[in-house]
Amino acid sequence: MTDALRLEGLSREFPVGKRLFGKPKGIVHAVRPVDLSVEAGETLGIVGESGCGKSTLARMLVGLLPPTTGRIEIEGKPLDTADPAAFGKRIQYVFQDPISSLNPRKTIRQVMEAPLKRLHGMDRAARERRIAEIFDSVNLREEFLDRYPHEFSGGQAQRIGIARALAAQARILILDEPVSALDVSVQAQVLNLLADLKRELGLTYLFISHDLAVVEAVSTRVAVLYFGSVVEVGRAEDIFRAPKHPYTKLLADSAPVVGRPLSAPEGRETELPDPLNPPPGCPFAPRCPRATEACTGAMPALEPQTGHRVACIHPLG
Amino acid sequence: MGSYIVKRLLSAIPVLLGITVIVFLIMAMIPGDPATAILGSYATPENVAKLNRDLGLDEPLVARYFIWLGNMLQGDFGRSFSLNRPVLDEVTERFMATLILAGTSFVLCALFGIMAGVVSAARQYGWADRGITFAVLLGISIPSFFLGMMMILIFAVHLRWFPVSGMYAIYGGGDLADLLHHLVMPAVALSVVATGVVARLARSAMLEVLRQDFIRTARAKGVGEGRVVWRHALKAAMVSIIPVLGIQAGFVLSGAVYIEMVFQWPGVGRMLVDAILKRDILLVQGGVVIVAACYVLFNIAVDVAQSLLDPRIKT
Amino acid sequence: MKTVRLIFRNRLAAAGLVVLGIVVLLAILTPILPLADPDVTNTANRFRPVFAEGHLLGTDHLGRDLLSRLLWGTRLSLAVGFAAAVFAAVIGAGFGIVSGYFGGATDNVIMRGIDMLMAFPYILLALAIVAALGPGLFNALIAVAVVNIPFFARNIRGVTVGIAHKEFVDAARLAGLSHTRIILSEILPNVIPVIVIAMSTTIGWMILETAGLSFLGLGSQPPQADLGSMLGEARGALITNPLTSIVPGVMILVIVMSINLLGDGVRDALDPRLRSGALTRPRAATVVDRRAPVPAPRAEGVLTMTDLETQFHVGARVYRAVNKVSLHVAPGECLGVIGESGSGKSVTALSVMGLVASPPGVITGGSVRFRDAELIGATYGRLRELRGDRVAYIFQDPLATLHPLYRVGDQLVEAIRVHHRIPRAEAWDRAVALLKQVRIPNPESRAQSYPHEMSGGMRQRVGIAMALANDPDVIIADEPTTALDVTVQAQILSLLDDLRRERGLAIVFITHDFGVVAQLCDRVAVMYAGRIVEEGPTRAVLDAPAHPYTRRLIACVPELGAGRRRLEAIPGLPPAVDRLEPGCAFAPRCLKTEAVCVTREIGLAQAGNRAVRCLFPETDLKREAAE
Repeated sequence: MTDALRLEGLSREFPVGKRLFGKPKGIVHAVRPVDLSVEAGETLGIVGESGCGKSTLARMLVGLLPPTTGRIEIEGKPLDTADPAAFGKRIQYVFQDPISSLNPRKTIRQVMEAPLKRLHGMDRAARERRIAEIFDSVNLREEFLDRYPHEFSGGQAQRIGIARALAAQARILILDEPVSALDVSVQAQVLNLLADLKRELGLTYLFISHDLAVVEAVSTRVAVLYFGSVVEVGRAEDIFRAPKHPYTKLLADSAPVVGRPLSAPEGRETELPDPLNPPPGCPFAPRCPRATEACTGAMPALEPQTGHRVACIHPLG
Repeated sequence: MGSYIVKRLLSAIPVLLGITVIVFLIMAMIPGDPATAILGSYATPENVAKLNRDLGLDEPLVARYFIWLGNMLQGDFGRSFSLNRPVLDEVTERFMATLILAGTSFVLCALFGIMAGVVSAARQYGWADRGITFAVLLGISIPSFFLGMMMILIFAVHLRWFPVSGMYAIYGGGDLADLLHHLVMPAVALSVVATGVVARLARSAMLEVLRQDFIRTARAKGVGEGRVVWRHALKAAMVSIIPVLGIQAGFVLSGAVYIEMVFQWPGVGRMLVDAILKRDILLVQGGVVIVAACYVLFNIAVDVAQSLLDPRIKT
Repeated sequence: MKTVRLIFRNRLAAAGLVVLGIVVLLAILTPILPLADPDVTNTANRFRPVFAEGHLLGTDHLGRDLLSRLLWGTRLSLAVGFAAAVFAAVIGAGFGIVSGYFGGATDNVIMRGIDMLMAFPYILLALAIVAALGPGLFNALIAVAVVNIPFFARNIRGVTVGIAHKEFVDAARLAGLSHTRIILSEILPNVIPVIVIAMSTTIGWMILETAGLSFLGLGSQPPQADLGSMLGEARGALITNPLTSIVPGVMILVIVMSINLLGDGVRDALDPRLRSGALTRPRAATVVDRRAPVPAPRAEGVLTMTDLETQFHVGARVYRAVNKVSLHVAPGECLGVIGESGSGKSVTALSVMGLVASPPGVITGGSVRFRDAELIGATYGRLRELRGDRVAYIFQDPLATLHPLYRVGDQLVEAIRVHHRIPRAEAWDRAVALLKQVRIPNPESRAQSYPHEMSGGMRQRVGIAMALANDPDVIIADEPTTALDVTVQAQILSLLDDLRRERGLAIVFITHDFGVVAQLCDRVAVMYAGRIVEEGPTRAVLDAPAHPYTRRLIACVPELGAGRRRLEAIPGLPPAVDRLEPGCAFAPRCLKTEAVCVTREIGLAQAGNRAVRCLFPETDLKREAAE
């Protein structure tokens, strides 16, 4: 069986402090070479803190940002052109901020028609039918179609965003923090809707979030991102219960959980390393309680090749 | 900071070159040739050709530009035929007069504009705000040359408080008091529009800042309202006011042209208008380039002031 | 339509529109009005006064009819000013949009060119252009338009850059739209209001400028006259015959002023920020308009709120953000206030020290007592003494809540010195000590940093240090960790917990996160639609929630370690607090609703140390209290 999505050595660098002539002052490796695959029908969760490169990764996957190196394969076919329209039919994106992802001066109908017209060339009647179908599946009333985005609550706007992504008929959806801007009671509505759609339409998700509990609740597998690298990949039910990478453990221990006493999981007041001046070897080493001399040598690779993989010389458990 | 100033000065070089190119190209669009303009339409073809050769006008465009630029860099801006003296001398002398006028107006507009804006914002919808807003509206709507004429009529002709025109009294003047006496009316007339613009901008910048979270923090600390407005808010608002002051300096310099005409002030603006009407091209070229170059330097000073105020600007 | 209505609601703008309308109408009608020929000279008849026979406004220095010249001149000035504005707007906006949308090298080239034009004081450029093209009205028009292109280009570019980075543009790209289509259908509709605003605010300016060039003799050439050249010609006789100067001058003033008034109205109507009234300045303290008598406190505590009511008055609407809220906190205690967005939890917190933005906020009732002092309705001076000294705040986003242009050390020094008259050096030492207490590494050098040089976690530590500066009795923390990453959040929470134990601080902790409440707070109050629906010791409330909302909200929250699963959701949305129905606000979303739930007010039923506002609670609090 082919993977729905395959990334090989995908990376992205940003020059910092551009100069008129000559080389930039520094280069930030927002995403270091990443190899990942997503099976058809699964949900791969990606967690990480701000600045770990998760949004950069997502934008590369839909062609909004050309990668510096590496390749993307969708359903067995390579996609190396950075033309969003070419990506559009095969992979779609649901944005974090539901309101700002809708043009304030367009009706919802105009928003919904764009992908049907541009990507699939449907005529008017076909579009009408298709929109009705999609709206039904995301539990939105058709009377919403002639309204403007500011008339909707965050939860409704996010459903519209999902509906737009479905209209392109892509089978893979990149969900970039789709519920972070929503209140918990509405968040659950949207997460459940996503789960239903996936089952009914056989979709594949890449679900990006900073919220460990949400990722765990919706994902089949989870990849943990730290400082632009994947440090651990494993099944959702195992990865936070029995983390192998010390960073994953730190994340899991930091999440506020009802019934667990408050304790700072890190003794020292540590911070992310400076992206312009990254530490040698494993970027987590300076914060890691298990770090040894060897950790500052080279960035450890993800081992083993399949199953619960971890990039650490001194894994836990 | 030192290296930032050097960097900004270096970055001004292409801008200055660009200015010379633009001025040169505009002047090259002039139909007919300057030699005819200088010598008049009755000149013999031989004389015109000779003058063209003397002025270097028989060279191709690019070569002419570089000759002109090279001469300028050596301080040779050519000779004004209408005044029969070196362009540089005439422009420097006239520009000093303009600087006295425009500089005074600029200080007035910055001072009163910012104060009016802050008071207006701090008393939003109060009587002070309404009064200032109306005055500002009047100020930005009145043509400065018309205002100047009305001021002459009222304060010079009827009340006899100030002299009608000129920079110094013809007999017995020449000292600082005499200059200031002559300066009051033109400087005020020139600053009115700019004051209005600065006040408007300062008001909206202050209103914007006063809604920010850090103002709430200052209040939550127990900082008094006067300090909140004049220190916390004004300092943050200056970040958007300073660039506008830079632009206003250009407007004051521009408005000086009209005011110099109305008040017979012997500045560079009047010189330029006269030169245009007499088609004294070299004088126009030299005047424009020198004044524009000074303005570029002034804007660098504005940028430096901005970077001193705002630590977020990378220096 | 809405825009036109909004303009008319603004009386000044309407006046501007009416005056301008009359002037434009006169200008249009000029050719068919029974006027003397404006260019026929009659020197015998020069300088006739107003109301002279056959010359309503008199005559000028060549004996020409002033009224006729005025109207013809107005016609010309209006046409030229308007044409210059359209010309500059179209070309400038075109450059701006292309530059802002494509960015990169295109942007660089265009903007460097624009910068070059802006390097001239504008009149020099205009004079140079007129010098090259020769004096004349059309050339003056071109000169004025060209010098105004940079203004439009810069302005529109800035707006376009903002829009081009919006997510809906990315979405359009993914929907297969080409660049041209995105510019036309996504960018342009959002930019046009800005172009209209820029035009309406500059058209007056353009009329002034063309009049100015004519005044200098570089614009319209005799005998044709616009308002500027009329003024220029009249200047020679200013002292002897001021009338010929005043007439065209006043006309320019009237035109430009009415355009400016109208322009302001257009801007206010089209700018959504102004439309919502967001640009009003919050006062130093929230307005108090308390009609009912001050209620007596019903609980003990260092800080007690009793029946606090805070509303937002926006136009005719009244949003009841805080609706009879009573809370209390004792020294050393941490009270959690939990709720979703719009529940009124933050407004409750800000009401305590009068920090709710006013307008539109108004405290309309209730009492807040710090020890024995009543804070609602206290003088501003009294409030200011207590702010930051006895009751201190920690806010959500530490980048926005610290002043960007002051060093953090100075901000701490100020916090100390507004309440204690101590020398600066001593205050600085205290500030460094405070930074050390909140566990900032290298406090001496960090005190010299600006907020933008610090990470989010470090900035929030500064925020906490600032709150601690005067050793307050109460700290009100409004979602202090919401903007932070989980690992940093854990550090900050444990710091707060240590501090309150060491110092016996009373903390009111506003949050939306049950996990945080569970770990930090002794007691918790749950808010929904401006009211407290449940209150009690944290453990008891979390283990056995009494209000259906609390129970179901807890069920919504995915908890780490439970694996992959379907979440409970609460269908529907919280009610808008400007249209509250009688009875329980949660009733429309509740599974246990009965008719009685929405017929009358439901009180907060107290039982032991717990309370619930529900007729059919999930847990019988009376029995629980008895046990």
